[in-house]
Order: sequence, then C-alpha cells, then structure tokens
Amino acid sequence: MKILVAISCVPDTTSKINFTQDKKKFDKNGIQYVINPQDEYCLSKAIYLQEKQNAEVTIVIVGDLSVEPVMRKALAIGAQNAIRVNIEPIDSQNVAKEIAEIVKQGDYDIILLGKESLDYNGGMVPGLVAAELDLPFVNGVIGLEIENKTIKVTRELENGVELISLDLPVVLAGQKGLVEENQLKIPNIRGIMAAKNKSLNVVEAKFSDLKLKIDEYEKPKSRSHVVLVDKENLDDLIQLLHEQAKVI
Amino acid sequence: MIYAYIENLNGKYKNSSIEIVSYAKNIADAQGDSVIAITFNAEDSPEILYKYGADNVYNIKNEALKNFDPKVYASLISQLIEGNYIIFSHSDESTSIAPFLVKEKEAVYITNVVSQPLSFSPFKVKRNIFSGKGIAVVETSNPFLIITVALNSTGVKENPVSGREINPLITIPDDSPYKVESIEESDSKIDLKEAKIVVSGGRGMKGPENWGIIEDLAQVLNAAEACTKPVSDMGWRPHSEHVGQTGKNIAPKLYIAIGISGAIQHLAGVNGSKTILVINNDPEAPFFKSADYGVVGDLFEVVPKLTEKLKSFINNKKI
Ligand SMILES: Cc1cc2nc3c(=O)[nH]c(=O)nc-3n(C[C@H](O)[C@H](O)[C@H](O)COP(=O)(O)OP(=O)(O)OC[C@H]3O[C@@H](n4cnc5c(N)ncnc54)[C@H](O)[C@@H]3O)c2cc1C
Ligand SMILES: Nc1ncnc2c1ncn2[C@@H]1O[C@H](COP(=O)(O)O)[C@@H](O)[C@H]1O
Repeated sequence: MKILVAISCVPDTTSKINFTQDKKKFDKNGIQYVINPQDEYCLSKAIYLQEKQNAEVTIVIVGDLSVEPVMRKALAIGAQNAIRVNIEPIDSQNVAKEIAEIVKQGDYDIILLGKESLDYNGGMVPGLVAAELDLPFVNGVIGLEIENKTIKVTRELENGVELISLDLPVVLAGQKGLVEENQLKIPNIRGIMAAKNKSLNVVEAKFSDLKLKIDEYEKPKSRSHVVLVDKENLDDLIQLLHEQAKVI
Repeated sequence: MIYAYIENLNGKYKNSSIEIVSYAKNIADAQGDSVIAITFNAEDSPEILYKYGADNVYNIKNEALKNFDPKVYASLISQLIEGNYIIFSHSDESTSIAPFLVKEKEAVYITNVVSQPLSFSPFKVKRNIFSGKGIAVVETSNPFLIITVALNSTGVKENPVSGREINPLITIPDDSPYKVESIEESDSKIDLKEAKIVVSGGRGMKGPENWGIIEDLAQVLNAAEACTKPVSDMGWRPHSEHVGQTGKNIAPKLYIAIGISGAIQHLAGVNGSKTILVINNDPEAPFFKSADYGVVGDLFEVVPKLTEKLKSFINNKKI
C-alpha cells in the first residue's frame, strides 16, 4: 500500500506576521518554517500505518529549494521518499494540479493532506486534488483504519462524528485528532541518520499560469484598549456588555 | 444569476448560510441580478431565505442525498446552475463540494473571504491569511468564480423579496461509494462554529471536575463551550471543543475566555470574535492586550458570581 502525504511549509506558529512597506509581499525576515501542524498529524498517522500495515510513505512538497530542510525533517520522522515540485507555491489551484500529477505517476492508495495550511488558510488544496483525480474525498478526518482494500474514515461533524467506509484510493484531509498529541512522531537519531542517505527527488512544475493574484496585504484592525472592570463591580460589566458592546 | 449554497444542520438552515444569502444578495444588487439558493434535504421554510433576499429556492429533497457525498452534491449543483458566481460558506461541507465544481467549470476558487467584493472588473475581495494575523486583497479577471465566505465576517441583512420555490428536474447519481457506518452525535446542544456566544476554559480551570463553572455560565447565556489546546490534549475536554490555530476557528459575537493566558496560537482562532471578555487572575496575562473587557480575579470566585448576576439580568430582561 502506498500513501502520499502532501506537506506545506508554513511559518512557525509563534511568528509575528509582517508585510513589506509597499504591502506587496510577506516579510520573510526572521521567519522559521515548519511542517504545517495539520500535516504533522497526517504524517504521523501515515508513519504508524507504515510500521504496522506495511505501507510505504512518500511525502510531496510544492516549493522552491528553501523547503529542503523541512523535507529532511519529514524523512527523519520516517517517510521513505520525498518529492519536491520545483515552483514557489503561490497559487493553490496550481499546487493541487501539481500534486495530482504526482499521484497519477505514483499509483497511491491514500492521498493524505492537511485540512488547512496555517499560512494561506485556504482549505483548498485537498478538495481540489480529489477533484483533479476524480476520487472520493473526505474532509475533517480524525481517524482512519485500513482493512484490505477498504478504508474506514472518521470525520468530524458539527454535532458529532461520522464513520464512513470507502474503497481505496481516496483523498483525505486530516486534522488534529488523527493521532493523539503524545503520539506525534518526532525525529530520533536513527531517523535523522537514515534521512541523510535518502534522496530528495525534484520534479519540474507543469502549471504556472496565474488566474488569481494577490494585490496587496493588510494587517487586521487591532482591538482598542481593554476596559478593566473591578471584580467587585460585575454589574458594571453586565451593563457594558449590554449597552456598549450590545452582545447580551 | 448568483447562487448561494445553503447548508442545514438537522434540517434547519445554518446561520452561516443565512449570511451567504445576504452576501449573494449584495452581489446580485450590484450586478442587477437575482439570487438562487440551493439546499438539500432542508426542513426549514424557504420563506426564511426569501426574507434575506433569495429570489428562487431550489429545495431538493431526496433520500439518496442523506449520506453526504461531495461529488454527488457537486453534480447536482452543476445541473442547476447557469451563472458565474457560486457562494458557499467556508465550512468542511462546502470546501468538500466546491472543488468539484471548480474543476468542472474551470472556475477561480477564492476561499476564506472576509469582505464583500471591492470591485467587479477585475473582481477584488479580501481574504483571511495567517490565521487572522493578516488579510490579502486578491484579484482575478476570470469570469467564473466560486467563493467561500468566512463565518460571521460579512453579516446578515434582511432584504425581503417575494421568492419562489422551484422543483427542478435533476438526476441523482445513485452509485455513491460512501457507506456511512455510524453517526455519533455529541451531547453539546449548541454548535460551536455557529454560536453567538462562546464560553471557553483554559488550564486555569485546574481540572475537568471544575467544568461545571463553564457549563453554568454557558447555559445562562445560551452559549457554546470551548477550550484551549492543552485542555483538550490532557483529555479534560473533547478535541472538538479546542479552538485556536490548530483547532477550530471561531468568530462569535462574544467570546469569554476563562483561565486562558492568551498564547498567540490560541488568539489566532478567536481574534475574529466581535467582543472578547477575559477573566484571569494574572494582570500580566497576554490575553488582556487582545481583549475588549477584562476582569482580574480568581475565576473560581468571579465566574460563579457573574453567572448568578447574569441569570437575574437575563430573567429581568425577559419580563
Ligand atoms: C504548534 C502549536 C500549535 C498550538 N495551537 C494551539 C491552539 O490551536 N489553541 C490553543 O489554545 N493553544 C495552542 N497552542 C498552545 C499555546 O501555545 C498555549 O500553550 C496554550 O494556548 C495555553 O493554554 P492555556 O491558556 O489554557 O494555559 P496557560 O498558558 O497555562 O494559561 C492558564 C491561565 O490561567 C490563569 N489562571 C490560573 N489560575 C487561575 C485562577 N484561579 N483564576 C483565573 N485565572 C487563572 C493563569 O494566569 C494563566 O494565564 C499551540 C502550541 C503550539 C506549539
Ligand atoms: N505547497 C504545498 N505543497 C504540498 N502540499 C501542500 C502545499 N500547499 C498545501 N498543501 C497541502 O494542502 C493542505 C491544505 O492547504 P491549503 O489548501 O493551502 O489550506 C496542506 O495541509 C497540505 O497538506
């Protein structure tokens, strides 16, 4: 069984987000890039399947040379193969097409992506990959089990969870919950050493026409100063919430 | 035509979908066009949708649609539309359906949108990036657009029209590969993403045995409950209640943070809230810098008192 995990490199969650003076670019100064947290759950889950059910895990990143340290980390965590599609990922629709191309060439049974990337918050790529490949798609996946050629997928609903079974291949968008927090895989020394000997495959991008472009960046409006209410005057607080904020 | 895809939960239209109708209506007015709402197996009356500006409502009811298959839903929508804009909510359901339409219509797909269009030719709109730490103005000249609008970002507006329900002739594919084995409903009554008020607890709560404090306040306010990541990681509360950068992104009218320090990853999931109230015994807690109202004090003392006072306030208001 072959599993493809798509990984996006995003600024570390503690990053301060700034844009260049002319508002045209994201200011990468001092930004540390990490595996998108949702993708980390997906990768960990895939590695467990590799260990227990004889799967082979490949990761794919659409990105320029700067993503290679993140690829090495994914290999150190346990992925067997790593593919980089060589283009700056500025358009999610193109990113999805590139990933779909990789899938077509690799005959994967499960294509696992994060539900949403922390940088562009698109929630676009997973569904678009499924649409490109005309495969079944499940969003918000918090559990999966494989039995022969079928997969049992648990997805989160607004008011509960749903267990679905499907035949492989499938495209899944995973999220927190897919593995427990203390089961997240982290690189160990053996993994890091092994990763050094694995090769990073680079393929050239095929899609580059841009239909949607970013015109400019803005920072959101910041909140006005906090109004502190003494804990002995909670009636005042209720009045403020009622009359000023009009929220109760 | 401007199309609005209406989600329902247990047959009732979601608030976020009412927001989508308002959004579509605004575009329709700007373009001298009309709004068509599409909904599957809803039980609510289409009158509600007319009130917010839907000129026509396709209310497709069919047993075969009970199991959610994004491809089947997309294929039905595709049979119904002949226009250039389809508006969805930015939700798991909609972001599952929309991509199949994007592919078929060669549309440009713009997700997590937080503003009405700034212009139409070229089409410009604002979208959320970096978990609310930034906004991007995006632009396209593509004629066919599929948009998902972020929750509580553009608001609902009444705009009554004399709408009409239409029963179109469509074929429903009946070969869905999805087999639903079971559904487990959670016992929380109010959907966290849809809630107008959210009461949230952090590590300051000390343990799951104290959650009655959160529950009581939530009940008085008819609010949903949420928590921080460590709280769900430790199993005090279910993962589904975790809000923040790696959890749910919410934007209620009022967010009440109790015993939460206000880490940047937490703020990322809640800073879209209209009003934030923070209760924390540490005056230096970072959350106070991102709050509208704050009470410095021991939550075990302050919150029960606040709950009692709110209870009588709300009872008086009702009379
Ligand atoms: C990759 C990554 C992703 C993350 N994603 C998220 C996320 O999505 N959501 C999230 O929430 N966190 C996230 N975190 C964790 C985040 O960094 C913080 O650790 C977390 O938000 C802190 O939770 P807390 O406020 O409950 O706990 P603490 O930081 O321990 O804060 C507890 C607060 O309670 C107050 N307190 C204690 N006792 C009392 C009392 N008696 N009365 C009143 N106040 C009291 C304290 O003053 C303190 O401010 C993430 C971290 C990482 C590294
Ligand atoms: N540049 C990329 N390379 C590989 N995978 C990506 C890339 N961008 C997004 N993805 C995948 O798609 C998911 C959702 O991303 P997005 O649609 O940008 O929110 C991510 O969690 C990744 O799994």
